[in-house]
Amino acid sequence: MISFSPSEEQQMIINTLSEFAVNEMRELYRECDENGGIPAEIIDKAWEFGLIASSIPEKYGGFGSEHSAVTGALVAEELAWGDLSIAMHILCPALVAFPILETGSEEQKRKYLPLFCGEGYKPATAALIEPRFNFDASTLTTTARLDGNEYVLNGEKCYVPLAADADLMLVYASLDGATQGFIVENGVSRLEIGEREKNMGLKALATYELALRDCRIPKENRLGGEAGCDFNRILNYSRVALSAMAVGVARAAYEYSLDYAKQRYAFGEPIAARQAIAFMMAEMAIEIEATRFMTWEAAWELDRGKDATKDTSLVKMYADDMAVTVTDRAVQILGGHGYIRDHPVELWLRNGRGFVTFDGMAIV
Amino acid sequence: MIDFEIPPEIEAARKAAHERAKELFRPIARYYDEHEHENPDELIRTLWENPTIGMGALGGGSAGIGPAAVFLAEESTWGDAGLTLCGPGPGLGGAAVLVSATPEQRERFLKRFSEGEPKWGAMAITEAGCGSDTAAITTTAVRDGDEWVLNGEKIFVTCGKRAAEDSDGFAVVWATVDKSAGRAGIKPFVVEAGTPGMRVAKVEDKLGIRASDTATIVFQDCRIPYDNILGIPEVVDKTKTAGFKRVMATFDVTRPFVAAMALGVGRAALDFVKETFEKEGIEIRYGSPRHKLSAVERDVMDMEANMKAAEMLTLRAAWMMSLMQRNDLQASMAKAKAGLVVTRVTQKAVELLGPLGYSRKNLVEKWMRDCKINDIFEGTGQINMLIVARRILGYTRDDLK
Repeated sequence: MISFSPSEEQQMIINTLSEFAVNEMRELYRECDENGGIPAEIIDKAWEFGLIASSIPEKYGGFGSEHSAVTGALVAEELAWGDLSIAMHILCPALVAFPILETGSEEQKRKYLPLFCGEGYKPATAALIEPRFNFDASTLTTTARLDGNEYVLNGEKCYVPLAADADLMLVYASLDGATQGFIVENGVSRLEIGEREKNMGLKALATYELALRDCRIPKENRLGGEAGCDFNRILNYSRVALSAMAVGVARAAYEYSLDYAKQRYAFGEPIAARQAIAFMMAEMAIEIEATRFMTWEAAWELDRGKDATKDTSLVKMYADDMAVTVTDRAVQILGGHGYIRDHPVELWLRNGRGFVTFDGMAIV
Repeated sequence: MIDFEIPPEIEAARKAAHERAKELFRPIARYYDEHEHENPDELIRTLWENPTIGMGALGGGSAGIGPAAVFLAEESTWGDAGLTLCGPGPGLGGAAVLVSATPEQRERFLKRFSEGEPKWGAMAITEAGCGSDTAAITTTAVRDGDEWVLNGEKIFVTCGKRAAEDSDGFAVVWATVDKSAGRAGIKPFVVEAGTPGMRVAKVEDKLGIRASDTATIVFQDCRIPYDNILGIPEVVDKTKTAGFKRVMATFDVTRPFVAAMALGVGRAALDFVKETFEKEGIEIRYGSPRHKLSAVERDVMDMEANMKAAEMLTLRAAWMMSLMQRNDLQASMAKAKAGLVVTRVTQKAVELLGPLGYSRKNLVEKWMRDCKINDIFEGTGQINMLIVARRILGYTRDDLK
């Protein structure tokens, strides 16, 4: 039966993460954005919530809750409300863990999933995006070719979070025209990690370009083993994560501009008392809620094992636009102050603008 | 638990409503658009006997007030919005009775809808000088012994002629008992069909939903029994606005369904566009990156996503209602979004289909005309945005005008 109420357990997760976002992430996020780094302490603290381990079955060392995209969406929204860069850093290991959990072979699950259930943060990441304007996740220019007992990877990637620190990386490449995942372990030769990227937003998150030049990995490291993986399903989980994060960022901007509009006086009354401002606020509220529910519905479809490509891609597209519109309005409502880095709305606009680009950079 | 599962019995009812709307409404939709003031008598009788679609199925009908009723409303207007509205039943007047009547009044006014000939209930609020500004109502109700005497003129009364003249229905008329009390003085009165002094003065010619009659009703020394007032007759406290809030409570009940009715027309247009494209071999490549999509694909996806957004807000408002939670904010969010979305979706459908869209051979141009009402009645999009804005800002009507 239709219901828009999170379960008690989900509500507890929301409350815990909301508190963490307010007390921990919001204390640091501006400094992180300015300095281009995130202190390890906050990442370690978040790791203690077991956000990834909780979805991993007990036989692989996890807590054994069912992997749920709906719960993941709730997590992603709360964390992104705190800060998008920190949220992506916290959830980065999931870029390897969840694709293995959902589409990996039994051997891969046994070998890799326990690594995400330990006490310390496991730096792991995925490389999907390629540095070209017409990037398309379904037709990658990075290629994989079977040569004896090895796959040979060639190509260039960008927007790979934490690539320099990760000792486990999932690289996506085109194998006979289909996108497939390849598990690349630390120390593999001919994988060149480039300079840290400088982007408009996500400044606190370390992302890198990388090059693969005849990079050889064992044959059994193809995600899903010989059968390969359903890449579309992985992408759908990612779309849910990014849509939920877009809602989180937009909500942050909305709440801040709402408070501002009520406190900022012009012509003897708060600017929020003028319809020009008030209607912008109303539209922001409506779009945020609508996007959140669409995200939940798409996530729910995924959880039921359906092909949610249509729903997840529609909501992702909608959320991409919504994040830009809402964060832009927030800057607009603050006027000149919105443009000044003393206020956070410009940061949210820079981060919000990125969702259309961030394919595959987060997963639930 | 967050859940979007539609129980099989509701899904079955939805499919049945879809088929029935297709069978009953679609074949005659164009005819009653082109013959504006003709009565679809046969249809009315069919709907009266078996109101699984049309207004009779909604607003306190068998579908209840939750998401199930949203689906029925949507399927109904997918068939035709005008014909949906002219379906006999308690309608908006019935909704007002449900919200504020005593058990005795409910029995007296609503029983008729389960017996005899087809009947309608209508809601008469708007006047020439006031639309959404219902506090400016000038129609008066003056007590005279054990009667009320009503004087004034109401316009834009949906199903007004059918309720007040063509059947043994009634109109719920909003009038002031004390002009000096402003909103606090506004009370709803039930005026039964055939009451002397009530006269249908005009039936409007409209842009769309032409099968639905939209009447002007004049009250001239119209006498009704004292206990036809809904709620308390006294102006208890001029600073309190209980009467006005009851009007608003009626809208909280009806707005999610108006949003759903909007979605039905939008989906009719969207379905038609997609079917036409499919026949021509035009595929909508969901999941492709933006730079690979054609402008037309982007348009269709945009229409679909917006429809989904509005549908989610509508279901949420109806879901809250079924739990008896206050949903005024959520109902207005749904109504504002749905009204705007379907207006844009149907206009885009006319554009995308070129000569097929603009031609009266197809129903798309009609859907565009029909649809526009959803951004206007039951509070314009702007009024609903104002309600949303006040609620999220914690402002009163004086804080945010």
